[in-house]
Amino acid sequence: MIVLLGILVVVAGFATRRNPLLVVGVAGVLTGLLGGMSPLKVLEAFGTGFASSRSVTVFAVALPVIGLLERHGLQEQARTLMNRLARASAGRVLAVYLVFRQLSAAFGLTGLGGPAQAVRPMVVPMAEAAAERRHGTLTDRARERLRSFAASADNVGLFFGEDCFLAVGSILLITGFVNATYHADLEPVQLALWAIPTAVCATLIHGARLLRLDHTLARDLSAPAGRATAAVRIEEPSK
Amino acid sequence: MIKVEWLYWLVGAMFVAMAAQMAVDRGNPRRYGSAAFWGLLGASFVYGTWVADKSAPAAPLGVAVLLMICLAGFGFTGRGASTAAAPERRVASAGRLGSRLFIPALALPLVALACGTLLKGVHLGTGGPLLLQTGSETLLGLGIGTIVALGIGLLLTRERNPAVALRSGRGLLEAMGWALLLPQLLAVLGSIFQSAGVGTQVGKITTHFLPDGSTYAAVAVYCLGMALFTIIMGNAFAAFPVMTAAIGWPILITQLHGNPAVVLAVGMLAGFCGTLVTPMAANFNLVPAALLELKDQYGPIKAQVPTAGALLVCNIVIMSLFAF
Repeated sequence: MIVLLGILVVVAGFATRRNPLLVVGVAGVLTGLLGGMSPLKVLEAFGTGFASSRSVTVFAVALPVIGLLERHGLQEQARTLMNRLARASAGRVLAVYLVFRQLSAAFGLTGLGGPAQAVRPMVVPMAEAAAERRHGTLTDRARERLRSFAASADNVGLFFGEDCFLAVGSILLITGFVNATYHADLEPVQLALWAIPTAVCATLIHGARLLRLDHTLARDLSAPAGRATAAVRIEEPSK
Repeated sequence: MIKVEWLYWLVGAMFVAMAAQMAVDRGNPRRYGSAAFWGLLGASFVYGTWVADKSAPAAPLGVAVLLMICLAGFGFTGRGASTAAAPERRVASAGRLGSRLFIPALALPLVALACGTLLKGVHLGTGGPLLLQTGSETLLGLGIGTIVALGIGLLLTRERNPAVALRSGRGLLEAMGWALLLPQLLAVLGSIFQSAGVGTQVGKITTHFLPDGSTYAAVAVYCLGMALFTIIMGNAFAAFPVMTAAIGWPILITQLHGNPAVVLAVGMLAGFCGTLVTPMAANFNLVPAALLELKDQYGPIKAQVPTAGALLVCNIVIMSLFAF
């Protein structure tokens, strides 16, 4: 029973907004000690756990490329490009990104999107340019809403796409865990197959919500239309 | 053969190089703490190679992890002065380079795609060693794609000095801060939970409360439990061993003869519904809010709550329909 104190530490720590890294550290040490490990064994558990989970942090390797391109105007160019492609609405841009993210993740290409790799440099500028073209200058509130939904399209697409792929962490975790613990013989392909129904539901539900975003934006931004046209004109010389 | 450990060394070297830049950045009020945190992370990435193949003791790496936790947890890390170029310069550069700027950005995933599919299982010469380490092709593709994209990017922007890229990347790294390390530490916590027997204990409690033989109640408890534990821990990976040892395997599969593939695959996805709504999943929910410069750091979560709720119901229905 007493090993469950670790879970309590996590709940209490996060509920009281302590630093998450500290909460995880304290919960890990406490659980290990209460579970009967010696202090040395606890340190070893942290060490081996870290060594075998390094793949989780590997995405950071793309940051210099993104930083370099942003320094040379990647976001600005995406805006310019989107200004030319006037037809797509913000909701449609995000819905297309959702489907793209799901499909690429389902082929195991989780590195194709992501907040640092795609949402910030590409998706948000595109969606904002589309929204500005249609509704005029965005209010802070509309911008916040749009960016929040851009982040959500990335997450929903990733979570409910990647599990359709055989060699993704979550699938390998499932097979590795039950085959080792219960001597089962589960194949990754069976698990990936049964991730598809939920993936389809995710596309339909979140896709519909993203498309509805255009109506919400139109409603929020219908009032200050006059000022908006002036602001768009100011931005034009930058093209 | 290109090994995944080489990629970890590259990532480690990058962290160390960025830490060196941080140490001399007078614009950062906590430059030594920041440099120590990221430098230690880089060194741990490299040392981890020998811990993973069990040729070096794991305890020193554990000490390093706890040190990093303390450095970040007690506020010794900080951000330097902005490394971003002036807006006018970016606009001018975008005007000069135009859409060619997308070439490196697209090269990265395309190379990763090629490595993950075309180069998978390719041997160097007939009967020679494999080109890419099995099981890590996509991960290696990400690394190779980054190098290719960086090369193209430097040529394209006529940036002679690769340190400029490193400095720009460091700006993004500092913007994310220690939150970048949280998911990996949660995976570590999950493994500690498992070896300390947390799952067995939760199982004793749930069997006590679950009505015997009620399939749908058990399905709902497993799915809701996965979501709830994920919300608490911020990581479905950490919740999975706990909930599966407690309910998924002993009750749904052994006792009620559920199809293991359906139960476990959908159970993990129920956990992902929890990931969508928890601030604990910092890299998915809070880091993007920071990256997108949102005033409300819970903006992405608010956008995701209705979808997550609907999908959790879908998961319970799918598991009830197809697993039994």
